[in-house]
Amino acid sequence: MKENDTTNEMITGSEALIRSLIAEGVSTIFGYPGGAIMPVFDALYDCKDRIRHILVRHEQGAVHAAEGYARASKKVGVALVTSGPGATNAITGITDALMDSTPLVVISGQVTSSLLGSDAFQEADVIGITQPITKWAYQIRRPEDIAWAVSRAFYIASSGRPGPVVLDIAKDAQTGKCNFSYEKTIFLRSYEPVPEIDHEQIEAAADLINQAKKPFALVGQGVTLGNAENELRAFLEKADIPFGSTILGLSAMPSDHPLNCGMLGMHGNIATNIKTNECDVLIAIGMRFDDRVTGDLNTYAKQAKVIHFDIDRAEINKNVKADVKVLGDVKQTLPKVTELVKPAKHTEWIESFKPLYDKEFEYIIRNELYPDSGEIKMGEVVNKVAEATHNEAICVTDVGQHQMMGTRYFKFTQPRSMITSGGLGTMGFGLPAAIGAKYGAPDRTVVVFVGDGGFQMTIQELGTIMENNIDIKIVLLNNNFLGMVRQWQELFFDERYSETHLKNPDFVKIADAYGIKGRKVTQRDELDDAIAEMLSHQGAYLLEVVVETKGMVYPMVPAGGNITNIILGNGYKI
Amino acid sequence: MENKTLYTITIFSENAVGVLNQITTIFTRRQVNIETLSVSPSAIPGIHKFTITALSETEESIKKLVNQIDKQVDILKAFYNTNDELVHQELALYKLSTEKVLEHGSIEYLVRKYNIRVLEISKDCIVFLKAGHYVETQALFEELAEKIGVLQFVRSGRIAITKSPVERLSDMLAKRSEAEERIKESYNKTNE
Repeated sequence: MKENDTTNEMITGSEALIRSLIAEGVSTIFGYPGGAIMPVFDALYDCKDRIRHILVRHEQGAVHAAEGYARASKKVGVALVTSGPGATNAITGITDALMDSTPLVVISGQVTSSLLGSDAFQEADVIGITQPITKWAYQIRRPEDIAWAVSRAFYIASSGRPGPVVLDIAKDAQTGKCNFSYEKTIFLRSYEPVPEIDHEQIEAAADLINQAKKPFALVGQGVTLGNAENELRAFLEKADIPFGSTILGLSAMPSDHPLNCGMLGMHGNIATNIKTNECDVLIAIGMRFDDRVTGDLNTYAKQAKVIHFDIDRAEINKNVKADVKVLGDVKQTLPKVTELVKPAKHTEWIESFKPLYDKEFEYIIRNELYPDSGEIKMGEVVNKVAEATHNEAICVTDVGQHQMMGTRYFKFTQPRSMITSGGLGTMGFGLPAAIGAKYGAPDRTVVVFVGDGGFQMTIQELGTIMENNIDIKIVLLNNNFLGMVRQWQELFFDERYSETHLKNPDFVKIADAYGIKGRKVTQRDELDDAIAEMLSHQGAYLLEVVVETKGMVYPMVPAGGNITNIILGNGYKI
Repeated sequence: MENKTLYTITIFSENAVGVLNQITTIFTRRQVNIETLSVSPSAIPGIHKFTITALSETEESIKKLVNQIDKQVDILKAFYNTNDELVHQELALYKLSTEKVLEHGSIEYLVRKYNIRVLEISKDCIVFLKAGHYVETQALFEELAEKIGVLQFVRSGRIAITKSPVERLSDMLAKRSEAEERIKESYNKTNE
């Protein structure tokens, strides 16, 4: 499909790359220069008005920022790195994006094609390394292949189940000359991103739902990726189906929706896990039955008929056997099922969730959110921050206890408000992802919760924040421990705290050195004021809250266990 | 070994660099050993055909593995069969010392029994070719090794075709080109 940007003059491969990115609507990229990508950075120098480049401090940061950008903006995130160590530093982010279905195009420089395979300076087998962690990885050795490859890359990254693509461009392909003509890719014969809708499947799903007395829905990120929040709501409301969300599916529906029963999985709400094993029809919508959601598959929802909506055929029957599969984009399939389902009321069934929530509130939530004495609790901070943003902020998290507190207690009113590393569980994700999220959604408040461990894995990105005046609110929940590992040591390793205590620096001083305003809170009565100060401050802000040293995230389903065997802590039983 | 079934996985791919790596990493991750592998251009220009055999205790694990392969962007189609659904063949070459063969005396009965083709006779060596199933090429190897001695032996990966009337790829390609026209038409309409 021809775009207008066609030229008969010869341009360099680097210019072709920049024009291709512009043709794909790219306005922001995250990157770090180096020898083998210098020609591209040189071409970028002439296009600063069209493409904004954010210079990160480490390539891992570039990829996580591109992920945050993609997740907040619905666009494809782009990262630009050099060969060898530049590319290998990007690997963690690329793997993270594959696990969480995040559309990315990662462009790496590569040594001149004549040197390929010779162990040249800063050469790494980027294609060999990235093939298992991408949807597509391609090495470009000739300038005339750049437009073609970029077009394919964006199509593959953004279509169907999204994911990361790597383009590895030899230096001589960047400097060589070519004609330029850009054609958007809209079809590849070997790749069917969205399976055709099968009406028999739609009817079978609707039949099962119409017969259900105790239906329960599991909402995953597929809804967000398909921008199908309205379609989901219409479906759930018409058939009156209560639902739980995976952590990546959390903001697809408002937190306070009457059918919303909370979060699924290891640290999910009690009711959603118990009811998964009581429902008669389980409706999975754009989720992949991750082991952190299902626990032991042999005892998972065995009583239920399972309907699985997914865009990726390979997910059907991968972990949980589906009685009815509904292949396709949920944006299309959900309305078709909604049309066939009869309006229903499952009042009694829905009310049966309530006592379980009340128990959870009494045993866990009240003490986590509203303690009146003792050390500050993580959940308490998360709840106060969410309320202070009127539940309208984007919540980014790093990985660990604070992440589970963020997913459990932050509240959402808008879609695309939960940005966290779900599948890979990448410590160090939070800070750079928040940078990307702010560029992706500049009008929204971006709050990032980090722990003292993960913060220090990508703390160098404070430099990026300083240089670009990026207005993100960093809430550091500091317990001077690798808290989640410590929690497991307490529960499963006989309280042997091997290498989980951290001697930490003065974080506020570090922020100060970067010109970022910071404040440390150790007392409960300072908390509200500090949060208000953070949110009203123009620009980045670090709020360090010293929290309970040995806090625990409950409820907890031990890894690989039956999801109804839930540890509540403090001797409580369901 | 006894409770494992041999599955034959057939894969059609675009002729792109690195497809084999994409396929083998999926076997590696799922801890499935490749028993045999054969790759060649297919009947359709530009499309390569891989035939891979692997042992598995459950059909389920092969099904999941094939789904993951089929999902790769450069893979057109992947499917699996058991032996009863296939006509399959392997080739084997055997190099023997001419002197030892002559010492042995007549080999007519071997040639007839195994339907051997003789590819080369020189004063140093004789090369036999045998096509057949694994058990057949293996039986010949064992008999030659015992009676004459084998200098070199090599066996190819399995090649196979399904017993069903058409190659499933042609149907799929026809459907895909219909889809292509549909997609391009609707794209042009929305961009007019």
